[in-house]
Amino acid sequence: MRKRTAALLAVVLVAALVPLSSPVDAPRVGSKKFTESVILGELVAAAASGAGVEVLHARELGGTRILFQALLSGEIDVYPEYTGTIAKEILAGEGIEGEGELRSRLLEDGVIVSRPFGFNNGYAIGMLEERAQKLGIRTVSDLASHPDLVFGFSNEFMDREDGWPALQRVYGLAQRDVSGMDHDLAYRQLASGSIDAMEVYTTDAGIRYHGIRTLEDDRGHFPLYQALLLYRADLAEREPQMVAAMLALEERISEEEMMALNAAAQLERIPEREVAASFIARELGVEVELETQTRWDRLCKHTLEHLELVRRSFLLAVLCGLPLGILAAKKRRAGQLILAVVGVIQTIPALALLVVLIEPAAALGLTGVGTGSAAAICALFLYSLLPIVRNTCEGLRGIPPELRESAEALGLPPAARLRLVELPLASRTILAGLKTAAILNVGFATLGALIGAGGYGQPILTGIRLDDYALILEGALPSAALALLVQALFELCDRIVIPAGLRLSSQG
Amino acid sequence: MYELCDVSRSFDGTAVVERVDLAIEAGKTTVLIGPSGCGKSTLLRLMLGLIAPGSGTVKFEGAQVTPLSAPALRRRMGYVIQGGGLFPHLTARENVALLARHLGWERERIDARIESLARLAQIAPDVWERYPIRISGGQQQRIALLRALMLDPDVLLLDEPLGALDPIVRADLQEELKEVFDTLRKSVVLVTHDMSEAAFFADTIVLMKRGRIVQSGTFRELDESPEDPFVTRFIRAQRSFAAG
Ligand SMILES: Nc1ncnc2c1ncn2[C@@H]1O[C@H](COP(=O)(O)OP(=O)(O)OP(=O)(O)O)[C@@H](O)[C@H]1O
Ligand SMILES: [Mg+2]
Repeated sequence: MRKRTAALLAVVLVAALVPLSSPVDAPRVGSKKFTESVILGELVAAAASGAGVEVLHARELGGTRILFQALLSGEIDVYPEYTGTIAKEILAGEGIEGEGELRSRLLEDGVIVSRPFGFNNGYAIGMLEERAQKLGIRTVSDLASHPDLVFGFSNEFMDREDGWPALQRVYGLAQRDVSGMDHDLAYRQLASGSIDAMEVYTTDAGIRYHGIRTLEDDRGHFPLYQALLLYRADLAEREPQMVAAMLALEERISEEEMMALNAAAQLERIPEREVAASFIARELGVEVELETQTRWDRLCKHTLEHLELVRRSFLLAVLCGLPLGILAAKKRRAGQLILAVVGVIQTIPALALLVVLIEPAAALGLTGVGTGSAAAICALFLYSLLPIVRNTCEGLRGIPPELRESAEALGLPPAARLRLVELPLASRTILAGLKTAAILNVGFATLGALIGAGGYGQPILTGIRLDDYALILEGALPSAALALLVQALFELCDRIVIPAGLRLSSQG
Repeated sequence: MYELCDVSRSFDGTAVVERVDLAIEAGKTTVLIGPSGCGKSTLLRLMLGLIAPGSGTVKFEGAQVTPLSAPALRRRMGYVIQGGGLFPHLTARENVALLARHLGWERERIDARIESLARLAQIAPDVWERYPIRISGGQQQRIALLRALMLDPDVLLLDEPLGALDPIVRADLQEELKEVFDTLRKSVVLVTHDMSEAAFFADTIVLMKRGRIVQSGTFRELDESPEDPFVTRFIRAQRSFAAG
């Protein structure tokens, strides 16, 4: 019996820790979670591939902080960035002026700044053409005389040094109804009329699609956002061909061209990879081979990635959660502490937890961002702990005292009491905790896509970005199906694990 | 068998067992009796070392029962908790065999022991494979008794073994229990709050009231030479209840 328990433990441990896919050792390109960044990332990948260097593209990695951190820690080697963002956000408060200073400052961190691609993608405030016309609003200053307007800005814009707070100050805007929201959702809100104005990027395809008027920045508030590449200094030594190929893109993309590329991806729904490949072929005369991915291929890939996230995080959570739950039930003080800590973890917002975990993961030599991300697995692991720990603890505490006393009076030592009497008696509650944790885990795992961990969250993110319901469903449906499957599996598990004598009593 | 010397125990400041001196003879049946809440179960737990006395000493066959010594000593005591305390996740057989299996007895030895135990009590063969939820109250008590007897303990401690049974089952089981005690010639400590039951089983009756021992002796001694009015009142109350 004891041998069997040990063997079972070993099997679970191995199952939890062994990665199914081995990490690929190739240069990595990163991109932020908006279409232009993804296209620029694909352009770099296509140019590199044209030069015979295969690279991995970790797409849609979320915001600036995640990308820059990943670049510093070597999780990625290159990603597209904007001058304004570097000055105002990455080096915020350092008072960096001009391109030269910026270059030398970043070189201190081992990061090289390329020359610009050739277009500015700055901020502008956008309103539906029709509405702007009706109210007679042409410039940002005009907004000041309409204090009842409703604004919806991306969370990033709400927080930025040059974002809403500064804009409000410079133009003396008095609007009160201002909320932070996802940028892609803001477009829909704008189109439906729930908000009157939002921030747009000057090369957004959405500007054409939704018929948006960009208000003139008549006080010259918004800085320039020249797109360029940030790459690790050591990349030039490791992959000189790749660097040469990607730098061929410098000064090659005009504002009109970028907007056309964005429109092709966003409005015509041409995959970014194809958009990039045809641009490279047209402009650089380099043919890049494209492997076509069917919906089925994508589904298989995402399923494997998702299962990988769930499997590793959940099994680890079981291995740690059960002993913690037992400890919490046995030791009053430790129990209070454990339950409090595990409870607090649950309240940390997912994105914050993911971002916080990237650096330690990278420091430990694990994958921080991208497929098989240790940060994502760790976050899921932490989220899964609460239901497991709490139910284990409650299950054990809820055992009728006379049964506990009987076991003690029989002369069974504590370990044997736990194994032979207490755990079986608490098995129903414990399993319910495992089930809750597993189902939550399947749902939470979609958030892993925010840091490039892949899985069903990937098509959901892309779908939201492209306003493509079919793509959203491509992630949401299998994720729901997987949750149902997990539930069914656990119901089956109930029959195997919960002792027959206890199942009888619940039937009355 | 047992020697309790000036034993007291309180919970949350209230004394539940107070300055109890008690010697329990080997091979005899001692019955603890008294009104509900007078500390009978607590006294039993003290003997088993499940709880430690606040002051005083409990000795079992000369060895002091302490938190350290109790686990080993307990294997030589068979205890049936109030209500039976059968584990609902195990069948009757598994319940009885649990400790023996943990101690690594071989299957044949366990089966042989269970077979010889089964001869002591009237247990239908099919009961052995059932879970407690599907076993009648009387049968549950029998199984719990056999579980306590499995390792052939030196003493049996039974907390209201007939407590929750209907009168007919109760009468049957009473006879049966007595037979078992007589065959095994074991020391028995039995808790009840029924005087006729006490009289039926006891070599010595120990009457308790609010944590103290009021009088101990045979039923005759208690009936004929009570040391306290409470003794007479207790016996009378039970008689008139039985008559009415
Ligand atoms: N662990 C405990 N914590 C607090 N109080 C307790 C504890 N155990 C027993 N008591 C209290 O001690 C008193 C005596 O309890 P005990 O179970 O020994 O009585 P009893 O004589 O067996 O009664 P009954 O005939 O109802 O079983 C009761 O008032 C009970 O509430
Ligand atoms: Mg009692």
